[in-house]
Amino acid sequence: MTHIGQPLPRAATARLVAGRGSYLDDVSARGELHAAFLRSPYPHAGFRITGTAAASALPGVVAVLTEAELAAVCQPWQTKTGSASGMVSPTQRALAKDAACYQGEPIAMVLALSRAVAEDAAELIEVEWQELPAITNLALALHVDAPPAHQGLTSNLAWSTEMKGGDIEAAFAAATLVVEDRLVFTRSTGVTLEPRGVLAQYNPASQALEVRISHQMPHQLQRHLADLLGVSLARVRVICPDVGGGFGLKMHVYPDEIAACAAARLLGRPVRFVADRAEALLSDIHAREHIVEARMAVDAEGRILGFDVQDVQGLGAYSIFPRSSTTEGVSALRSLGAPYRFSAYRGRLRSVLQNKVPTGQYRSVGHPVGIAVAERLVDLAAAARGEDPLEFRRRNLVAQAEMPWVNPLGARMAELSHQQCLAKLEALLDLPTLRNEVATMRAAGRCIGLGFASIVEFTATGPEGYGRAGVLVAAVDTVVLSLEPSGEVTARASISEIGQGTTQGLAQVVADAFGVAPDQVLMGSGDTATTPHGGGAWASRGAAIGGEAAWGAGRKLRAEVLAAAAALLQCAAEALDIQDGHITDANGPRMSLAELAETVTFRGYELPTGVQPQLTVAHHYRREQDTALTTNGFQASLVEVDPDTGIITPLRHWAVGDCGRLLNPLLVEGQVRGGVVQGIGEALFEACRYDESGQFLSGTLADYLLPMAGEMPDITVAHVETPYSGSVLGAKGAGEAGTAGAPAAILNAVNDALAQHGASVSELPITPGAILRALGRLA
Amino acid sequence: MLPPDEPTAEIACTVNGEAIHTQVPLRRSLVDWLRHDVGLTGSHVGCEHGVCGACHVRVDGQVVRGCLMLAVQADGATVETIEGARDPLTLALQDAFFHHAALQCGFCTPGMILQAAELLAQHPAPTRAEVREALSGNYCRCTGYQPIVDAVMAVSAILPAK
Ligand code: FES
Ligand code: FES
Repeated sequence: MTHIGQPLPRAATARLVAGRGSYLDDVSARGELHAAFLRSPYPHAGFRITGTAAASALPGVVAVLTEAELAAVCQPWQTKTGSASGMVSPTQRALAKDAACYQGEPIAMVLALSRAVAEDAAELIEVEWQELPAITNLALALHVDAPPAHQGLTSNLAWSTEMKGGDIEAAFAAATLVVEDRLVFTRSTGVTLEPRGVLAQYNPASQALEVRISHQMPHQLQRHLADLLGVSLARVRVICPDVGGGFGLKMHVYPDEIAACAAARLLGRPVRFVADRAEALLSDIHAREHIVEARMAVDAEGRILGFDVQDVQGLGAYSIFPRSSTTEGVSALRSLGAPYRFSAYRGRLRSVLQNKVPTGQYRSVGHPVGIAVAERLVDLAAAARGEDPLEFRRRNLVAQAEMPWVNPLGARMAELSHQQCLAKLEALLDLPTLRNEVATMRAAGRCIGLGFASIVEFTATGPEGYGRAGVLVAAVDTVVLSLEPSGEVTARASISEIGQGTTQGLAQVVADAFGVAPDQVLMGSGDTATTPHGGGAWASRGAAIGGEAAWGAGRKLRAEVLAAAAALLQCAAEALDIQDGHITDANGPRMSLAELAETVTFRGYELPTGVQPQLTVAHHYRREQDTALTTNGFQASLVEVDPDTGIITPLRHWAVGDCGRLLNPLLVEGQVRGGVVQGIGEALFEACRYDESGQFLSGTLADYLLPMAGEMPDITVAHVETPYSGSVLGAKGAGEAGTAGAPAAILNAVNDALAQHGASVSELPITPGAILRALGRLA
Repeated sequence: MLPPDEPTAEIACTVNGEAIHTQVPLRRSLVDWLRHDVGLTGSHVGCEHGVCGACHVRVDGQVVRGCLMLAVQADGATVETIEGARDPLTLALQDAFFHHAALQCGFCTPGMILQAAELLAQHPAPTRAEVREALSGNYCRCTGYQPIVDAVMAVSAILPAK
């Protein structure tokens, strides 16, 4: 293998640096109409649309549509999953019917010759609103007096579960130390720099729907569009062009996008909808709204005995379709304490409906919450014991000799390298020197903190995750390869590219499996018409699952090509090899791949009778064991807190991870750094805030704060490589670990700094106000 | 197609070296006009309210936010977008961004590169901190910024000192 493991840039980015990308809004269709939505200004209200004449009369308006019109072509949907049986999540529609249950829920749409006119017209739609009591505050939503998020509900509890194993009572009875905290996580959201958008066209003559959309998983959406719009699946083509960021945000079924497709179907004209930033912030999924009360039992030797956790999770008005928002809560509880050895666990999850936009899967789903809680408790325990936080962790990490280890929740920990990662982190930090530096800075009056986080992440979910729950999410992937007459290889993968670089990794895998340079492999993905059904981009699965499909396809193509060459050269296939674009034998090159492909394609009569080389091959990969692949790592953060302003400055950040075999370290490091910065954003700035009446307050990028270049530190990244033994390549997931661990590392670093002042915080994001309140400098 | 009654004005300007004389809707932003009417889709729209920098273009040699300027204001101006920016700094930055993987989704990249080119034209030898400061009006959601700083520093390293 010469290309796997090489730090090559993603080939397709050459287009993007030149401004020659093709994002959703870069292409238009002749005769297209622009959609704008009338969205509910209220978090909860009944409504009646009393007049659309004024809107329709505006020059340039072609149609004004409400639920009544769309109902003719579009079914409602409801989120159901065997993973959360009994969950209450009301029916959803492309446009709301009779009541709006979150601010921003679309209730009508205008199709016009320009977006500006469509927006003007939307404001002219006449609506009678009856405001209803709304519940937005998570802490109050389960109170008996709380108004229901939907009329007719008796409680806002959508679903609850208990995840447990071992004897929790005995664990706490045996404890000599119990640490506890209540951590509050404010909603944040993905903020892809390219907002969501769709361009839908329906051809009534062929009954075919073509949808260009900025989305992560074309096949998943194809299935839902077929079901909801009553079009046969094979006649729905979903094309995901260059995607300007996904992060999980672009993997859900959104009412406005479905409405645009339904309008195209209804009108037989192309319909374009591109969210502006305000409506993106208001209507994209939010994530990670939790209130967690957690206790950890520790024995006299400083060994963790068990965790007892209560998590209240905000779902918003609906559980997101199709994967269900509850997945995040379950993932938070599953990842909590996962690096450690313990004998008992009890986690109670209550997932709660609110009059806010639905929450959903966002990069590292649940892990940042679970890890922040556990790592906070671990630091509290170390502090209570007067012990170094890394020593406490070292004692409790599951050792290699103990693996595979199944924790009390039934999660299987295998092939993890906690000790090596910790050792590498300590070497990177040069800990004694760093601790001296910290002491010197503190002696100079600076409020400095150093924080750590240990991470286990569940990645590359296999078929059992959603399949057993009856949710139509593919966890398998296929790669199709063709040897072209030029000798180049075209690849079509059901994995999709959203900027993370998976396609480059796959090109390197194909290159090695087949025998060409990676630049001879042209990757295609993101189009249901040209790629076989598969999972797309979610759960950091591209390398671990797509990579195996790419390897298998490359080996198949190689076998076909060698057999054909052997027939032409009248020798044994075993005597031949493919190297650098040529068929070779022991004496060197015999013919180029182009010569071989040209012969097969244009002069097939030169082949012996009965030899029919298959220059197009497909390989489908399904992992047969391990529901998810666990990965592990450590992060450390050095921060400075300004006690006068409350401003926190991350000074340095370190991340050591083990994601199995690295297909491309350059791109993996990009994932880690980008993920860490998203995690720092979540820890320090990012918040979707609502006021007490349910009005959304974070509707611009001046209100929703993203990390900027000037305030982010350099991030040192290192790897330990423990290949997954259950696959050929041994890759595991790499795209989310940065985000999983950064909030915990920052939280612990800030609390380490505040400990000098006898203060602490336990709410994310950690705002300057919270710092000043913790320090007693603000009421 | 322009809606009927949409008020327009006539402008004459140069875009990437080409003279353009046309009617533009009064309320169309410069970046929307470039993207949707001129067909130059390299500049992107990330916020439409002047925060993210994805819409950066050059007007009379200065980097401006294309979402905060109306197309009519470009009357008489020389406009340059990422597609037409062929100056050595921009070309070197494009190359460096590619090799440092200073982009993932690439949506921020054209605006980021134009901003970085302006920085290096004025300060050929910035510190890392100065690069970070100068790029703080350009959001990138993917890279964590570090490879972008690396790419800019790499170009700076091969520039003759001013
Ligand atoms: S689109 Fe102009 S600054 Fe964001
Ligand atoms: S590369 Fe995606 S926003 Fe910068």
